[in-house]
Amino acid sequence: MEDKDKLSEIEVKLKEWEGGILKQSLEVSPEREIASELPKKRLYTPLDMVDFDYSRDLGFPGEPPFVRGYSPAMYRSRLWDMGEYAGYGSPEDAHARYSELLSAGGEAVSIACDLPSQLGYDADNPLAEAEVGLTGVSCCSLSDVEAILADIPMDKTPLIGSVSTLHLVFWAMYVAVAAKRGIPSEQLSGQATIDCLQEFISRGTYIFPPEHAVRLSLDTMEYALKHIPGLTYQVNPYAIHEAGATVVQEAAYALAVSLYFLEAAHERGMDVEALAKRFTIHTAMHTNLFEEVAKLRAIKRMWAKLMKERFNPKDPNVMRVRIGAHTGGSPLTAQDPETNIIRVTIAALAGALAGATRMATSSFDEAHAIPSAKAVKIALRTLQIIGYESGVADVMDPLGGSYYVESLTSELEKRALAYLEKIEDRGGIVQVTESGWMQQEIAHSAYIRQKEIDEGKRVIVGVNKFVSDEKPALEIHKARPEIVKEQKIRLEKLRRERDNEAVQASLEKVRKTAQGKENLMPVVIEAVGNYATLEEVCGILREVFGEYEAFAMKT
Amino acid sequence: MQKQIRVLIAKPGLDGHDRGAIVLSKGLRDEGMDVIYTGRRQTPEQIVQSCIQEYVDVLGLSLLSGGHNVYFPRIVELLREKGMARVLVIGGGIIPEQDHPFLKEKGIEAIFGPGSRIEDIADFIRENVKRRGSQE
Repeated sequence: MEDKDKLSEIEVKLKEWEGGILKQSLEVSPEREIASELPKKRLYTPLDMVDFDYSRDLGFPGEPPFVRGYSPAMYRSRLWDMGEYAGYGSPEDAHARYSELLSAGGEAVSIACDLPSQLGYDADNPLAEAEVGLTGVSCCSLSDVEAILADIPMDKTPLIGSVSTLHLVFWAMYVAVAAKRGIPSEQLSGQATIDCLQEFISRGTYIFPPEHAVRLSLDTMEYALKHIPGLTYQVNPYAIHEAGATVVQEAAYALAVSLYFLEAAHERGMDVEALAKRFTIHTAMHTNLFEEVAKLRAIKRMWAKLMKERFNPKDPNVMRVRIGAHTGGSPLTAQDPETNIIRVTIAALAGALAGATRMATSSFDEAHAIPSAKAVKIALRTLQIIGYESGVADVMDPLGGSYYVESLTSELEKRALAYLEKIEDRGGIVQVTESGWMQQEIAHSAYIRQKEIDEGKRVIVGVNKFVSDEKPALEIHKARPEIVKEQKIRLEKLRRERDNEAVQASLEKVRKTAQGKENLMPVVIEAVGNYATLEEVCGILREVFGEYEAFAMKT
Repeated sequence: MQKQIRVLIAKPGLDGHDRGAIVLSKGLRDEGMDVIYTGRRQTPEQIVQSCIQEYVDVLGLSLLSGGHNVYFPRIVELLREKGMARVLVIGGGIIPEQDHPFLKEKGIEAIFGPGSRIEDIADFIRENVKRRGSQE
């Protein structure tokens, strides 16, 4: 950046400063210990930018390497998409919550399903009963999806689901509901979490062995490329960061998984360029603002670099990727819960400063229960205040060129690329998942973090410093215990009233297709359209694919 | 020499979030205990079976899904049925304050939520295992 003479002058002055007034000052008041995942100098100067090349490392918004912006006009023309992740109780309960959020300015319906639905168990399965409608909405059949989306205009509202093992079945249901309403699938938009691998590594809601889970992901993408062009495919390093992975591990995972799916799709003869342009990387934003900013910027640059190297695309837009920034739940404290509003603000601010294309925020009471309506609304307001009041979105990539931010971005990128190489040297992301290596690595990072907190090296206000004995006076969300019963009645009615012959015939088609190599989406759309329940469809898939037998991780 | 305390960390129900369970397993091992982690999605019956097989002194249940009021008491009940009432049962995860009295009444001796220090959990275990031992 600067010419050589000026740099040597700065170098001399820096040494003078360090040996002079800084040294004297530190003798009086020594430096604090900094808890950091990445090495951090006390001060950054043009000397840290000698390897920096503007065109190569930053460029312009909407142009490779897309660090300064996914699109040419970025937030100058429109802010990030805002859609809070929500859902609980019965389909009607969840519908009420989505309607509130949409009328408060939310722009998508981001559906959290309960654990039984995520694992393909209907509400009347004994394994499901204790957890129906708790962590999300109970969704057992098309009739439930119809109620969840009752009067929500499906052609105008993006649908986002976090169910990554059964995204195919859920998207089949959205397509089937839309069809019944006369809306062609071409008019739907939203996001499918095709990243089934994070379930094995951290989130835990896997069903089928990895190879079959991957097949479902490829089937969803192959179908959607043709019939749901508005769908984006989500890779989910969010879950890895939440499980304890460092920002370096999270960034490396994001690329490892994306490359894995793109290569698998390529082998299957799919149009990789069209596919890559539909990817979105969903990350967890934690409280260390600059590390999170650097992480997102590094991911964008790594994506551009690796797409170029591995696929040499004709269309330069293949080198850009959407970034979803969802604030993490794991940094939130049970102590002094209202202070989480501030943690979430910092985390979301990092997403805005780094140019995220979609954001969602966590609710301050998440360490106690499923968010209350009030807490969810404050979370949405947080995004709106950052977007419309703070001025953060006035200028594109406002931190670009900062000595510190650029150095940290490059350092993080370097480390993440080295970590990616480590994963690939061990045979790739599927191999390190099946061997448990990735899980061990993340567990190790999580443990180090916990020890830093326990030892007071990493300060968490209200937890290990400035602790108060006050009990929080929270109005927490209370689950309605009647939901299980309501859902059981609904299922009984459904099984009684539907055309059971049609259900059986379409389920047989699902079985045959699962045994073969054809795309499963059309037959699953038909089966759910006939009101086959989630468990009936998944039961067939369980029979054909088998169930993944997890090992108890050696801790 | 004092006998090494044996701990089973278990995840009942369908919840897959096991960061807390894993970190605590590692931490209690560093505190000198013998720790086994069951892995995810264990039924109450499987958990109690593991307690018997491994002859543990302590059972740590972790759940973030909200199903604790069903699973935790059921597991304590099964332990008693199988003559394993001597096992100290503690819980963790996302457990609202309001539910703590009910769970304590049902035999969950302590709840350690987010923000708990491993050392404090270890101290609680040592004191209570000792107290129970001297009552036997």
